[in-house]
Order: sequence, then structure tokens, then C-alpha cells
Amino acid sequence: MSDFVIETSGLTKYYGSKIAVNQLDLAVPRGGVFAFLGRNGSGKTTSIRMLLGFETPTRGSCSILGCDSQRFTPELRNRIGYLTESHFAYGWMTIAECERFQSGTFARWNDRIFAAVIEHFGLSRKARIKDLSRGEKAGVCLAMTLAPEPELLVLDDPALGLDPVARRALLEAMLIVTQGTERTIFFSSHLLDDVERVSDQIAIIDRGVLRVLCPSHELAERTSSWILKYAGPTPTLPEISGLLNVSSFPGEIRIIAVGAIDENEQRLRALAGVDVQRVPVNLQDAVVSYMDDRGRRKSLFQSIGA
Amino acid sequence: MAGDIEIILGSAAPLYRQIVDQVRLGVATGNFAIGEQLPSVRALAERLLINPNTIARAYGDLVREGVLESRHGQGVFIAPRRSVFSDDERQRRLALAVDALISESVGLQCSVDEIRTAVEARLKELGLSNRKKRG
Repeated sequence: MSDFVIETSGLTKYYGSKIAVNQLDLAVPRGGVFAFLGRNGSGKTTSIRMLLGFETPTRGSCSILGCDSQRFTPELRNRIGYLTESHFAYGWMTIAECERFQSGTFARWNDRIFAAVIEHFGLSRKARIKDLSRGEKAGVCLAMTLAPEPELLVLDDPALGLDPVARRALLEAMLIVTQGTERTIFFSSHLLDDVERVSDQIAIIDRGVLRVLCPSHELAERTSSWILKYAGPTPTLPEISGLLNVSSFPGEIRIIAVGAIDENEQRLRALAGVDVQRVPVNLQDAVVSYMDDRGRRKSLFQSIGA
Repeated sequence: MAGDIEIILGSAAPLYRQIVDQVRLGVATGNFAIGEQLPSVRALAERLLINPNTIARAYGDLVREGVLESRHGQGVFIAPRRSVFSDDERQRRLALAVDALISESVGLQCSVDEIRTAVEARLKELGLSNRKKRG
């Protein structure tokens, strides 16, 4: 069995002349929680849909659990759980009916898991889907996704629109699923606190291109940031290796770069008339700097003249 | 005092580093007693609502450093004080820690006296100012 539950190779998707996913090479190891991050429209959902065989790649290939995504068998689909962005369920059904309907489509169905998740979200089986709040509906969808005990769970922005209590329940469920088993969660999210809590690995995609793939705890440690303060004319920056982002403010420049920390620090400290301060970087800063426009840009406040 | 381990999200210190630092400091200040059992990886992960692998990594580092000891089938405990490093290695690690302190402080435009005073004040605050070398 392959050590990777998801593998993509040169995965590319065009819609007309617009490129949605560009040469994506991804390998998701078995076990643990993998966070797939990117801005809206960066190609996350398109990638996920190709992985699951719902879209045909323009070029390249992808496979799940060692099987090409274009050739899934029903048996293989049974081993994958997928929670869509919109938490789809039929409004006219009760939760009990949802369970009966969904369980019929899976070879394996664990009643205890379904019941536990429903209870965790404080739901009654008699409730109709159309009467549920968004968080409650997410709970039902999660229960339906977890009950077949899939080896791989693909969650597309599962926390979207959830209140803090429902979000907590979701995170707890995610951690329980991956506890002491060989099960893997691949999820996309914009909530970086959640990502910091639960993820083992982080991949960041920007405009269809994979920018980074590393263990979560390394992301911030590999990234460094400096604030340059100056009174006179705007200094000309030296060459910064691994430059991710430069933001200019009046009398101040903030630089974020990856790797080569000492080397970059030396070059910056050599600038005359500039006060150089190294500042710590957290996960949020690091992730944002990978997603933001590359190169020099002004802050929004400056652009609108605030 | 298992309740002592807490995490801060959005901090520049990764979660596993926060746990390592808290246990290390807790042992040095006597907040954790020798022989005290720490919560299991799973229990702590549930309480803090974080990935258990993060806690396992932190505990692993602390076991390697000799701060914790893992007793088979029982869990992890605060280890009796002993140095698992040779004198040379201890000196090398100390030098690294001092370098980090100096580079951060110099970056903040601190004078040598300020740095010295801050270190001594903090040691005193933690009750470590008369601390002898670990036996």
C-alpha cells in the first residue's frame, strides 16, 4: 500500500483560457490532518473536485488511495468521505430519513458514530433538515460523512458559516477521527486558528500554484520578518533571498521572507540610516504572506488615501 | 499540576514549542514536582483541543532532553534531575540560547546593562537566582 493517500502529478485544469490549477504536485501522507489553504478562487475546490473524479484534469493526473481519480470503483468510493462546502442534504427529510437514505449507499455504516455526532451537535432524529440552522445542518452532514468510517475524509471548508460552538464540535470530531488510526483528513479552511490547532501538514495554493508544503509547526519557524524604520528618503532594499512580501507604510517597511534568516538580517543591517528590527512571525502572518501579492505593495489604507 | 499547560493560538511560538517551554520552566521553578505524572497525550489533546501529534512531539523532545521520562504502559513523568548531555554539549546549547537572547535584545536596541539587569531580574522572579548546577 502506498504511503500516500493522495498523490497528484502535474495536475492542471483550464476553464477555457483561464488556468484554475497549475502543475500541482501534492503528496498527502497516510494518517493525520492535512490542511489545504488558499484564498477564494485560488483553485482549492477545483483541485478537490478533480481528486474526487468530479472534474477531468486538462493535464496531469491524480489518485486517491492508489487509484486514479478517473477510474474510481464504487468500492473505492466507499473508502472516501467527502463533505462539500455547502453541506448538502435534502430539506424535506428528517435526520432519521437522511440516515436511512445515506446508509443504503455505503457498504459499511457505523450507527454509533452517527448517533454520537448527532448527539454532540444536540440534534433530534425527528428534526427536518429545512428547519435546522447552518451549524446543525453541518452536524448532520458530518455524521453522514463519518458513519461509513472512511479511510480518507475530504472536507471542503467544513467550518464555513459555523458558530463557535459548532466549530468546536467539528474540530473535536476531526481529532477523534484521526485518533490512533490510519485515517487521514484532508481539509480546506480559512480559519487559521483551527488550522493551527488540528493540522499536521500545511499546503498553500495561490492562483492555482502550490506555494508551500511543510509540517505545520515549521511554517512560521522558517519564515522571518523585519520592520525597517527610516527618517530620510526611502531606502533601496538589498536583495532579500526568499522574499515573500514587502509592505510599505509611511517611514516604515515590513519585509517577510522564507529561509536564509541570518544572511538576510546581515544585508538589512548594512543599510545606512535605517533602524532594523526583527519581529516574530506567527502562523497567520506566514500563511498570509504566501497568499498575498508577491513583490512590493502598499497597504489598502495607503491606496485609498486614508 | 496538569492544569498548568496552556496554549496560545496565533503566537509566534509553535504549539509544541509552547508546551516544551512550559514544562521545562515548570520543572525549573518547581511548579512540576519530580515524579509527577503528566496528562496522557490523548487527555491533553482533548483538553487543549489540539492535534495529539503536537503533544507527542513536545513530550518526545522533553524525554530526549531528560526532562520527562516515559514509563512503559504508565505514561510520562517528570524525571529526576540529571543531565543527559555532556558538559561540552551543555555549554554548546547554553551558548546558542545566549546568542538568541543577545540577538533579540540587540535588535530591540537594549544596552548591555539593560540585558544583564533583565536576565537577573527574571531569574530572581522565577526563584532561580541562587540555583546551582544540576547534579
